[in-house]
Amino acid sequence: MSTQVRKSVPKLKTGIPGFEHITDGGLPKGRTTLLSGTAGSAKTVFAVQFLAEGISKMDEHGVFVTFEETPDDIRKNMTGFGWDIETWEAEGKWAFVDASPQPGEESVVAGSYDMGGLLARIEYAVRQVGAARLSMDSLGAIFTQFADGGAIRRVLLRIASTLKKMGVTAVMTAERIQEYGDIARFGIEEFVADNVIILRNALEEEKRRRTVEILKFRGAPHQKGEFPFTIVPNQGIVAIPLSAIELKQQSSNIRVTSGSAEMDKMCGGGFFRDSIILVSGATGTGKTLLTTHFIAGGTTNNERCLLFAFEESREQLFRNAAGWGFDFEQMEQAGLLKVVCAYPEMAGLEDHLLNMRAAIMEFQPHRIAVDSLSAIERISTIKGFREFVIGMTSFIKQNEIIGLFTATTPTLVGGTSITEAHISTITDSIILLRYVEMFGEMRRGLTVLKMRGSIHDKDIREFVIDNQGMHIGKPFRNVAGILVGNPTQIAPEEIDRISGMFSQK
Amino acid sequence: MPEYLLKLYITGQTNRSKQAIANLRQICEQTLQGQYRIVIIDIQEQPQLAEDEKILATPTLIKELPEPIRRLIGDLSDTEQVLLGLDLKPDTNHINNHTGGET
Repeated sequence: MSTQVRKSVPKLKTGIPGFEHITDGGLPKGRTTLLSGTAGSAKTVFAVQFLAEGISKMDEHGVFVTFEETPDDIRKNMTGFGWDIETWEAEGKWAFVDASPQPGEESVVAGSYDMGGLLARIEYAVRQVGAARLSMDSLGAIFTQFADGGAIRRVLLRIASTLKKMGVTAVMTAERIQEYGDIARFGIEEFVADNVIILRNALEEEKRRRTVEILKFRGAPHQKGEFPFTIVPNQGIVAIPLSAIELKQQSSNIRVTSGSAEMDKMCGGGFFRDSIILVSGATGTGKTLLTTHFIAGGTTNNERCLLFAFEESREQLFRNAAGWGFDFEQMEQAGLLKVVCAYPEMAGLEDHLLNMRAAIMEFQPHRIAVDSLSAIERISTIKGFREFVIGMTSFIKQNEIIGLFTATTPTLVGGTSITEAHISTITDSIILLRYVEMFGEMRRGLTVLKMRGSIHDKDIREFVIDNQGMHIGKPFRNVAGILVGNPTQIAPEEIDRISGMFSQK
Repeated sequence: MPEYLLKLYITGQTNRSKQAIANLRQICEQTLQGQYRIVIIDIQEQPQLAEDEKILATPTLIKELPEPIRRLIGDLSDTEQVLLGLDLKPDTNHINNHTGGET
């Protein structure tokens, strides 16, 4: 075995949000990376953004070689992302090499040729703007312009080696026919094979899901698997690196109030300041009420609270709160509350995540509540939902925010929801709200199922709701089987007898 | 007969470049009777001209005059294609007897 430590290829930070996490620092520096994807997989956006971020964030200039769209189309199409290519061109930061098909002109082939013109123009453009980055979009189009595939392959190889000598980091885009199949058309991957990135725009359970995958980086580490990304106006591609999120959240011993003195007591003195609490219960058990208490508790201590509501409108929420004796309007005027209402169906999962992050960054809350996560789950696939929850929780933990999520169980009594199954291990505390049927009457029970790092009350307590909100009362002493949805009465003497058996005295 | 202005774009003094220049001169001498001007542009020396004309393949021959403008790519070894491309009637005396088709 060789003891020599292999030095990995240095990386160039792309500046594309989230992308550095996936690539462990960016694209291999001075190398050419093949970016392959089906039609509509955002290859051109990526290619343009690679240069745009270089110019605006790192002052690295770029050359864009276009084989398909005209420079004019690209300039126009990209203004929506806030990229002012024309100004950059005027400032000598951006140069186009226009290799798009010219209208009305067909070259007659009269003998053998090479693609020396393209190579000379690229070299020239790189020198002119002092480029550190180059994008070529998209290779398929040049194969349709020229019949001699061999000449094109040779020039692509020469371009790659020339750019390497000049220290330019490049991205070449190529089409593929299927989301899961050959890497690219025309066997392009066979000659620019060192680094391959695949963009996907797959249809999964009737939902479009964009992902990016680093297929290979020769001699350089990277994250494996598909990572979701989305395209945001005025920003471009934003990758969401989930497995790259480090588990380095600090944990705090500081307690904050749940908004209910009785609940604080059950939790051993309140919630931890940077914990995630899951509240699970059937419809009508009081999840929104608990959320309201949680928010009111924050605002009384001058904490800023952010509420994401996916089930009820603003008016409904405010009216509900008023019914329990809480004045949301006043909290809002005091600048302590912000309510964001959205229909889950309004946007894709990744967009929701980004919108929520943006709202958090803007409002800088101390606590956030999401009512309910189950509504979000409706619009997503199982995998997508888990990624969403992980992305959300790690983000709020990193920002040392306390988060309360609600989940709706599908059955009235007992039961667990899929939401719970996916996120229960991520959460620090779980509170269950359950209906308890007794003597022909529906009563409400509540228990703290789990509370990481703290002792807590193990009882299932009854609680009632009135115009002052929630009141937690005594444990259901003579009922068993509440959580499994099958409450049965136990005689008080039996309880005393069993308790006595384990008496410490 | 109108004056022909022919611009030949090449990349350096490669064999292919030399071949193209020789082929072009020969064809012009035989068909244009002195009514032509050839401009040879080495795009490694003048890359901006290649950018202006959006040259990709080399050698590229552009017939600028008379109109219409025509573009030919290759080392011009296929005389018949060159004559067709330049809108010159092929002179049957100088062409071998194959009649187009696959080349």
